[in-house]
Parts: sequence; structure tokens; C-alpha cells
Amino acid sequence: MSGEWIEVCAVDEIEEEDVIRFDHGERTFAVYRTDKGHFYASDGYCTHEKFHLSNGLVMGNVIECPKHNGRFDIPTGAAKRAPVCVDLRTYPVKVESDSVFIKID
Amino acid sequence: MAIVVQKRDYSLTGPEGKRAEERGLAAAEWYATPIPRAKMKELMKRKDGPAIRDTLIWFATLIVLGYLAYLSWGTWWSILAFFAYGTFYASPGDSRWHECGHGTAFKTQWMNDVVYQIASFMVLRSATPWRWSHARHHTDTIIVGRDPEILTERPPIWKIIVMQIFHLYGGPIEIKRFFLHTVGRMEVQEKEYIPPTEHHKVFREARVYLLIFAAVIAACIYTGSILPAMFIVLPSFYGNLIVLLFGMTQHLGLYEDVLDHRLNSRTVYMNRVFRFLYWNMNYHVEHHMFPMVPYHALPKLHQEMKSDCPEARPGLWAALKEVIGALRKQKENPAYVVVKPLPPTAQPYMHDFDKQTEQRSQMPL
Repeated sequence: MSGEWIEVCAVDEIEEEDVIRFDHGERTFAVYRTDKGHFYASDGYCTHEKFHLSNGLVMGNVIECPKHNGRFDIPTGAAKRAPVCVDLRTYPVKVESDSVFIKID
Repeated sequence: MAIVVQKRDYSLTGPEGKRAEERGLAAAEWYATPIPRAKMKELMKRKDGPAIRDTLIWFATLIVLGYLAYLSWGTWWSILAFFAYGTFYASPGDSRWHECGHGTAFKTQWMNDVVYQIASFMVLRSATPWRWSHARHHTDTIIVGRDPEILTERPPIWKIIVMQIFHLYGGPIEIKRFFLHTVGRMEVQEKEYIPPTEHHKVFREARVYLLIFAAVIAACIYTGSILPAMFIVLPSFYGNLIVLLFGMTQHLGLYEDVLDHRLNSRTVYMNRVFRFLYWNMNYHVEHHMFPMVPYHALPKLHQEMKSDCPEARPGLWAALKEVIGALRKQKENPAYVVVKPLPPTAQPYMHDFDKQTEQRSQMPL
């Protein structure tokens, strides 16, 4: 996947088992830290309807949308529970010098 | 100056849906009370314990009441016994359908799914269609032409409300849909909110429901009595009164076409028994504003939000009095809504859309 690495925030700005919203240009992303301390990133809006996943609930490797409780697998973006049927697009993430970066095309 | 009422089309396939989209009311951003993220995370936390406990109590109560009803069969006591059985069948059936449909009741997902399927059948709601219908209800709460779960339009149709005392309006509609789904067809309205990828589930569930119906009918014929049906299927009709009364308090008499749940939903204080039956859905403003908060955390969410919300109704009867009074006024003036003052600590209401609605629905002669 071509693209550039964009700095999102410091590592400690995302709590364990939580998600934050990251806006870049006209796009919005959700950046996750799981209970195991792994970082992931995806599109910021739920694929069912346009609601920010950053207001949702992270449970292990699952993010639940705050509006209709649809669920996605965070590492793969796979739709796990109706009303979401379309997978979420995910993005590569890396941690360097205590900062989180995502690769955006 | 006399008021002429311009009747609105509440169907999802009429012009109101398109108008709602044009006005920015469809799939819009709604007002949310500001609550710190740390507190929200605490409130959203899932648990299995409360729902397992409540489910065991529910089914144990049904068994006891069912046994008493069986013993009373053939006596006048059976009226009371079956009323109690039917109420404990239909009312928790409705609230468990609702909470497990959201997937918030249990932490363990398969438990939500199992109880959801059982409760859906108990209240005669096709599991998959109603999951999608309810998702739309949350996207476009009481937006005319978008929300498929508006109990009655304005001016109110009293006949529907009276028929619903015994589920005689919604019940036959659902049974008709079961037959339609069984043969692989759906209503046009259902296609508005159920994606094609889910249609096979709809058809499969309807076939299972009809098989259960057939088994119950066979049991009635075999025993020469309607008693088997009194325990399964019929309770969703004769036990519907409390479902209706609770449901009437949710949105009736309040605003349409607004993007603020404080204006179109009603929170009502209820006693412990009612809250058990209803699984705390009396905190309805809270539930709509933050649907990912499980039922057992709604009283705490209410405490977090109350400084930003109108005062809750003090009880079921007070709420019903407000609703019935509003419906009577809406019979004469459909634009009438109950306006509730906010405490000084609250953010102002977002109700500009309603002014437009009122202007459209009132035309001078």
C-alpha cells in the first residue's frame, strides 16, 4: 500500500481499550489501542451510517458503533454484527519514538 | 382563524421521507449531552451478571405463573392467572427483544442472540426485520416518513391504540408478514430498511415461526383444547396491555421532526417491578441519546444527564395522563406538542425544525 505516514498522537494519548478520532484533511479516522496494547486504525465512520466510531466502545479486539451497536473486528475491519454488513477499511499503524503513526494513501 | 390540518403521509414510501432528506433530518447528527469520555466508558461497560440473573428470574416466574394458570384452567381464577402469565410473557418479551436486539444486555454476544430470537418469537416480531426497523428508529427517531416505529400518527388514530390493548392491530400485521416472508416475499416498506443481504434470514425465520405455529395448532387439536395456545402465541395478544402502556410513554405527545431526543422522548420514573418488566426503558431519553449504555446502567446515566434534561414524569400514570391529554389535543390540533421546560443548567433545545413543521401543518382558511 503506497502512501505517507502521518503522526496521530503520543502513545499515552490513547488509553488501553479505547479509541480516538483523528481528522486529516477532509478525512476522518479512528485510531485504536486494544487491551493488549496493540494499535490499529480504520476509517472513522461506521459503514452502516455516518457516525463516528470514536464515540463507540472498544471491547478486546472489537469496536461497537455508538449509534446502532453494530460491531467490527478492529485488526481486520470485518463486520461482525448487524446492522453493519460492510467491512471497515483499515490502515497500517506504527509506533515510533512514543508516537502513533498511520499510513494514509 | 380556523386551522386546516394538512394530513401527513407517515409511510416510508411516501413524499415525507424525501422531504425529511431534503431538510437534513434523515441520518442526521443528533444533540448529545456532553459527558466525559471516562464516565461514558464506565457506563457503556458490559456485564453478563445482571441479564443472566434477570433472565433466570423471568423464566422461573413464567414457570410458576404458568403452573398456577394451568391449575386454574376451567375456573374464574384463570382470568387473573392468565393475565399475570400473559403480562410476564409479553412485557419482558418486549423489553428483552429490545435490549438483546441492541446487543447490550449481555456481555457475551451469543446470549444476546439466543434471548433475542426467543423474545422476538414471543412478541411475534420477525427477528431480522425488526432489528433493521429498530435501527432505523434510532437513526431517525420520530422523523415522519423515515421512522417505521411511530405508534400513531397525528391526529392520533384511537382505534389503533384501543386495538393494541390486545395486540389486535400489530399482531395480525405481523402474522400476515410471516406468511409473506415464508414464500420469499416482503412488503415494499420493509425493503426500505432491510438490505438484500439479510433477506434470506427473514425468510428462514418466518418458516421456523410458522412451524412453531403449526405445532401449537396441532397440540390444540390433539388435546381438544386451546390451552396449549394459551401458553405460547396467544399471550402476546392477551398479555399486551402493559407493553402498550409502557410503549405509549416513549414518544407520544412529543415533537416530530427534531434532532434532539429531549424533545421527542420521555423519561418516566417507575417502580422496581415495572423496571424489571421494562428493563429500565423508562429512561427513554437516556437510551435514545446513548444506545450503547446497557439497561442496568441507565439509572446511573440518568443521574449524569438529568441537569441537561426536562424533568422526568413522576410515574407511569402521570406519564399516561400527559400522553392522553396531548393526544386529545392533537385530535383538534395535530401540531400540539407537550413542551417541557429545561433546567437552567441545560443546553438549549435543538428544535428549529419543529417550527418549520408547524408552519407546514397549519394552513389558515
